[in-house]
Amino acid sequence: MTLALEIGWGTTLAIKTLIVLMIIPLGALILGYTFLLKMMSHMQSRLGPMDPGGFHGWFQLVGDGIKFLQKEDIMPDEADRRVFALAPAIVVISTFLIFLVIPTGPRLVVQHLDVGVFYALAVSSLSVVGVLMAGWASANKFALIGALRAAAQLIAYELPLLLAVVGVVIQAGTMNLNGIVIAQANGSIFGMDFFGNPFILTQIVGFVLFLIAAQAELTQTPFDMPVAESELVAGYMVEYTGFRFLFFFIGEFGTAFAFAALAATLYLGGYAIPGVNGGLADLLGPIVLFVKLMAVAFFMFWVRFTYPRLREDQLQAIAWKYLIPIGLLNIIATAIIKVAVP
Amino acid sequence: MADETPEVGAPDAPEEAAAEAETPVAEAEAPEAAVEAEPKPAEPAPEPEPELDPEIEARFARFEAGLGDGVIDHAESHGTLVVRVRPDAWKRAAEVARADLDCDYLSFIAGMDWMPAPKTPGDEGTDTSAPVQPDTMTFGVTGSKGRFQVFAHAQSTTKHWGITLKTDVDEAAPAVDSWVSVYPGADWHERECWEMYGIDFTGHPKIRPLYLPAEFEGNPLRKDFALIAREVKPWPGLVDVEPMPGDDTPEDEGAA
Amino acid sequence: MTTTETPGFEVDPALHRTLENARVNVELDNGDMILNLGPQHPATHGTLRLVVRLDGERVVAADPVIGYMHRGYEKLSEFRTYPQITTLINRIDWLSSFANEVPFVSGAEQLMGVEAPPRAQWIRTILTELSRIATIYLFLGEMGLQVGALTPAFWGFRDRELVLNLIEGATGGRFHPNFNRIGGLKDDLPWGWISECRATMDKILKGCDDFEDVLVGNEIFEARTRGIGIIPGELGAAYGVSGANLRASGVDWDLRRDGKPYLAYPEIDFKVWTHPDGDSFARYWVRLQETREAVRMVIQLLDGLPAGSIMAKVPRIIKVPEGEVWVEVENPLGQMGYYIVSKGATGPFRVKIRSASFSNVSILPWLLRGVYVPDVITIMGSLYFILGDIDR
Repeated sequence: MTLALEIGWGTTLAIKTLIVLMIIPLGALILGYTFLLKMMSHMQSRLGPMDPGGFHGWFQLVGDGIKFLQKEDIMPDEADRRVFALAPAIVVISTFLIFLVIPTGPRLVVQHLDVGVFYALAVSSLSVVGVLMAGWASANKFALIGALRAAAQLIAYELPLLLAVVGVVIQAGTMNLNGIVIAQANGSIFGMDFFGNPFILTQIVGFVLFLIAAQAELTQTPFDMPVAESELVAGYMVEYTGFRFLFFFIGEFGTAFAFAALAATLYLGGYAIPGVNGGLADLLGPIVLFVKLMAVAFFMFWVRFTYPRLREDQLQAIAWKYLIPIGLLNIIATAIIKVAVP
Repeated sequence: MADETPEVGAPDAPEEAAAEAETPVAEAEAPEAAVEAEPKPAEPAPEPEPELDPEIEARFARFEAGLGDGVIDHAESHGTLVVRVRPDAWKRAAEVARADLDCDYLSFIAGMDWMPAPKTPGDEGTDTSAPVQPDTMTFGVTGSKGRFQVFAHAQSTTKHWGITLKTDVDEAAPAVDSWVSVYPGADWHERECWEMYGIDFTGHPKIRPLYLPAEFEGNPLRKDFALIAREVKPWPGLVDVEPMPGDDTPEDEGAA
Repeated sequence: MTTTETPGFEVDPALHRTLENARVNVELDNGDMILNLGPQHPATHGTLRLVVRLDGERVVAADPVIGYMHRGYEKLSEFRTYPQITTLINRIDWLSSFANEVPFVSGAEQLMGVEAPPRAQWIRTILTELSRIATIYLFLGEMGLQVGALTPAFWGFRDRELVLNLIEGATGGRFHPNFNRIGGLKDDLPWGWISECRATMDKILKGCDDFEDVLVGNEIFEARTRGIGIIPGELGAAYGVSGANLRASGVDWDLRRDGKPYLAYPEIDFKVWTHPDGDSFARYWVRLQETREAVRMVIQLLDGLPAGSIMAKVPRIIKVPEGEVWVEVENPLGQMGYYIVSKGATGPFRVKIRSASFSNVSILPWLLRGVYVPDVITIMGSLYFILGDIDR
């Protein structure tokens, strides 16, 4: 059940850090492989990613990784070298920080934070700093436009994201992610507590808002103007090659993994399985969470590969004219119901 | 330039006649292989000025009513009305075509250099793959006063007809009026014509190279602008004039 | 700061400065920014360069710079014999090579007074329509890519391959068939080709339905294309914009129906689609309908394919009598025409190539004024040009 030996806090910290560090590339790898390579290849009748390595093109991702590592590291002459080099790291660090508070079991969480949700959302928007740095330091107009678009977009969509989450927080009565999971597992809806109360049932509006806003935060397709390949080539990433580009890539998919995990935790009941407690829950928790987050991620990538891209002004209009008012209404409704129906 | 145009029509006719007389000579100079090809195309050749299609004649009458004495000559060439106008009436021709013939669509404007490409003496016969063009200057269906011409085609999207307009360009000071104010699409065509033939278009908002780099010298489509690749190495198209194996044509026997 | 030699940017000193220092650097000295789209830009299908002056994301002025792919076909044609030239003109609009050959060959035939036998004409029509499908089908997918939807582009490539297989099956060349001969065709259709063609046409129709499902009904696609890049019909015609671009502006003009009768078009029944709006969406919609119409035409042509010879009697050495001819046809991208001047030799004296994209793109400076950067891409995508067709 528990590890029998006592471990000092330093060792614990090291182990935890290592695990989270492992999770980012692992998550990125899993999402990249499952959705970017396999699902997209099936949707688009692509032959290339289905070929290498024999069975179902399993080798493609490895090959891509090798390719990225082999590539020459190019830095533009005009680039602000230090900022240019630092930007990908900041993007990945922001992803890293989100994972600190996502619980994968009753005890399997790196850091119990009472402001967990808000911490997660706050650090997730740190990546915009990295994006801005990348765009500015590249000394490329496409990169600059991409970075400015990204900044405008992330600011605009941080709000609906928060407003969507506030509904959950009100209903759960806590900002601690573990607390939210427990609230869902122990909750009941219309007197039924057989499978608890995943907040997707009561917070469906919030869930949709969260997914839309998360898609924008991730700069995925209906909202991918910052990287729009057909106009800005690759936006702020345009001057990055090889390993540095790989960092952005990992950051992008790692963040997608984190947001899918957040959505699963906030709305789908997280790691919890009703009726399973104790050590077994710790054991099964990561698997349950993984299944749920893959379901969310499937949806996110499905949209990503299907939809066209909005224009910058249309994107802002959607955020300010629709999502934010809906989010506010959702909060008001949740609060009223919370008070009226104890 | 404008005041000499009335007599332009006159010297044309003899020139054209001379041109027709010249063509067989040129063909005779072509390699022996050409002998076989001779009889076939010779039949449809003498038909440049027969009776015009009544619809085309009516179209021309409409155009002439608008342009008046700006018209020098007209002809029908394989179903297309070709009208040669005086250089000073070039822009008015476009306006008339647009207003009276409903030609709202500009197809193209292009230059023309009637001068035969200069040949280096003694070079004949080595590169038999190259088409042998006549050595004398001849001037197409409606004739020309000199070496350069500008021709354009405008069409009507409603009436479904078109008109090809031609005008002569002075070789010493090649310039005609721009059509940009009539057809905005003339912009690029005139820029192309300007860089390819060195023909200036007065009234064009900003004439500048279209395809070529700014430092390019010369006017590539002029006949005296040599195609260097062709000078250095003959195109290996000789196979077209060599007899096919197992083909019992006269020149085969001649070769044997 | 020399200002006169650099091609065409005297109009705008700021544009000029950018061109002089080839390096693009971030300029913040004035409110406007110069952005070089291309010559290496994914949205330009090749090497079109678009210098745009931006105020924020709004385009203040745009100037297309062409000529990066100018191959001088008009000059080269003067040094080739007629049969050799079809190789060159194949590469003008390289997506619909076969359709480029037809007008040139038929121009030479008109000058020679030769007429290709009916079967050759019908096969030419079939292959022209197939290259139309191959070209426009790619557009239908690629337009999705221009507005950010990745998937349709791959569908476009996938199903176009089926059509290219057909063209390859009949002609031996996937992209550059070089199949036309003056007086007819090189070969007859191979065995089994017709049934194969029918099967493929069904797939194409289904693919068109897929495109309609994925893009035409999509709110985001409509938001991105409706009302964007409106070309008034009259102005479009004056610019020489042709083909589906003009028909999408409500001009009911199709050379297959309205021009001088050519190929087998007078004998088959087809509808010319127009759209009143003139925006990017209309251009997409018209092309979608045109693809379906082309499929219908191919099926009609297959049904009515006459028997007989595929080659008229022509001398082996092609010598074209003196004369001038203007041939124009409705190509996938618009009006394609050749003005052939012959002086009785084995090669033309002058060939003026009137290609569709050249005029279609010439309207860009007018069209792009005041739009947003993303719309630049949408508009360029919806005009659908091929670089080889601009530069020739």
